[in-house]
Amino acid sequence: MNEILIRAEALWKRFGGVAAVDGVSLQVRAGEIYGLVGSDGAGKTTTLRLLIGAIKPEAGNAFLGGFRLDRQADKARAVTGYLSQRFSLYEDLTVLENIRFFAEVRGMRQNEWYPRCMEILEFVGLAQFRQRRAGQLSGGMKQKLGLASALVTRPRVLLLDEPTTGVDPVTRQDFWQLIIRLAASHDDGEGIGVLVTTPYMDEAVRCHRIGFMRKGRLIAEGTPAALRERFKDTILELQGSPLAWLKELAASHPLVKDVRSFGDRLHLRLAEGDASAATVSLEMEKAVWAGGGEFKGAKAVPPTLEDVFMALAEAEE
Amino acid sequence: MIGAVPSAVMTVNALTRRFGDFVAVDHVSFEVRAGEILGYLGPNGSGKTTTIRMLLGLLKPSEGGASVLGYDIIRQAELIRANSGYMSQKFAIYDDLTVWENLQFYGGVYGIRDKRRIRQTVEQVGLSDHERTLTRELSAGWRQRLALGIALVHQPRLLFLDEPTSGVDPIARRAFWDLIYQLAAEGVTVFVTTHYMDEAEYCHRVGMMRDGKLLAMDTPTALKAVFVRGEVFEIVTDPLLESLNALEKAKGVQQVALAGDHLRAILQEGLGEAGLKAVLESAGVRFLSVRRCEPSLEDVFLCLSKRE
Repeated sequence: MNEILIRAEALWKRFGGVAAVDGVSLQVRAGEIYGLVGSDGAGKTTTLRLLIGAIKPEAGNAFLGGFRLDRQADKARAVTGYLSQRFSLYEDLTVLENIRFFAEVRGMRQNEWYPRCMEILEFVGLAQFRQRRAGQLSGGMKQKLGLASALVTRPRVLLLDEPTTGVDPVTRQDFWQLIIRLAASHDDGEGIGVLVTTPYMDEAVRCHRIGFMRKGRLIAEGTPAALRERFKDTILELQGSPLAWLKELAASHPLVKDVRSFGDRLHLRLAEGDASAATVSLEMEKAVWAGGGEFKGAKAVPPTLEDVFMALAEAEE
Repeated sequence: MIGAVPSAVMTVNALTRRFGDFVAVDHVSFEVRAGEILGYLGPNGSGKTTTIRMLLGLLKPSEGGASVLGYDIIRQAELIRANSGYMSQKFAIYDDLTVWENLQFYGGVYGIRDKRRIRQTVEQVGLSDHERTLTRELSAGWRQRLALGIALVHQPRLLFLDEPTSGVDPIARRAFWDLIYQLAAEGVTVFVTTHYMDEAEYCHRVGMMRDGKLLAMDTPTALKAVFVRGEVFEIVTDPLLESLNALEKAKGVQQVALAGDHLRAILQEGLGEAGLKAVLESAGVRFLSVRRCEPSLEDVFLCLSKRE
């Protein structure tokens, strides 16, 4: 097993009587991307702030690169890169000057920073733009400059707060390709540990492991595949028209636990595996045509991470 | 069972808005029918909010025009606003007023003095248990329902929702969408913007925006069928990066990318699992598993961007 690079041990933080982070423990190993998923107020950003040492926990410990944050803060920070949602870059400085600034603030020497900056600009694909002012960069390029600045000191630990919320899918794709490559390979050959917070499942699905956060607690943790396997019901996707009538019809079927509208489709949640999917599909087809509607098709679809999150959260209530 | 095709609630013709040299909205045309939920999907800065502002008559187009609820956006803007609801990303809700007081205040703005309508709105958005709660004490999900209630209090036939569910969890999002579906079933037309691919799946039709241009607009199912010309697979191999390099060069692979601990690839029809195995075996990587999966709207967006 690879080395543990990020470790939270029963972190606990209260704001005004409410436990914002309520006994959160997690580990991220070298080469691993861990996604902390939850809504605003679920505690993920507070967890991240506890991990970077911006606020102190009332109980529990955090370790970065093996250094305990409350006792070896300088060492822990020296091995950590952090990209916040509102990353501030100097718009009047060029790309290279921005990175140089971060390198010098982090104590890199003259003979170190230049080759490292060039290497990292090459990696994120900004080398040819190094003389451009940061203010003239597109949103996607700014994002990459933020990442480059966080990486200049060769961190073993990378903490990312909602790195691609609201960016276009092409940029998002590029950005994640960089993160996944980074996690897999580090100069020491071991890979780095990455923790990403996000409210979005489509971002979370790119992580190796996911922790679902709700009301300050981690309610489930696992690989996307393992989390999906915890969802035992079958989802039958139904298409036809008129949808509102189809929905009523489906909801009255005894094998259907729940019906959700899903754009131009319906998702029927069935209790008992594939056999019931075939039965419900056939019976719905007959009933829809008999009632004068149109049946366009039905098929079982894999549960999404959102389905899993919902089922786990409902089980908690 | 199936009624007549509903008439157009909005007709948008070559709508364009420039700010200096920058074209925020670039010759956008589409129609929305009564009771339809139209999603407007695009990244931040792609022109979604600018489009809404023009459709509400708050911002004059540089070129083109639109008719909304039968009114012209340039000459009859006030009529549009009187008959539409608008829930924006940064909507001002008074934190030190209760749910009821906020609705009463905003109802008053539209000339609604009837307490029964306020009560009805509270019930409609499921806030009956919270009507005496101070707004600042509401969770993100409840707050968002209140914002919807405020947009609905004057019973508009058309609702504009600008990024309505950012920052709420999937349960609150689902509950919110159930309300939207109910409104649509009652004949309210909904225009909703989002940058969140998964959320766009909830809409009847989706328009995809990038850099001010409307790249495509159709049902999620049709968008996938038309623009993702191939089969989507999730592939687990070891080592991953070598597999990626091999597949990037291979014939019949339209697109391949790292996706956490696996690869996601769009393959030309016909290549299939066998062809995939052959490519990976000749690259000398260990092939662990492959799973056929559904195309996503993100796949559509990536394919559309590639064609440009």
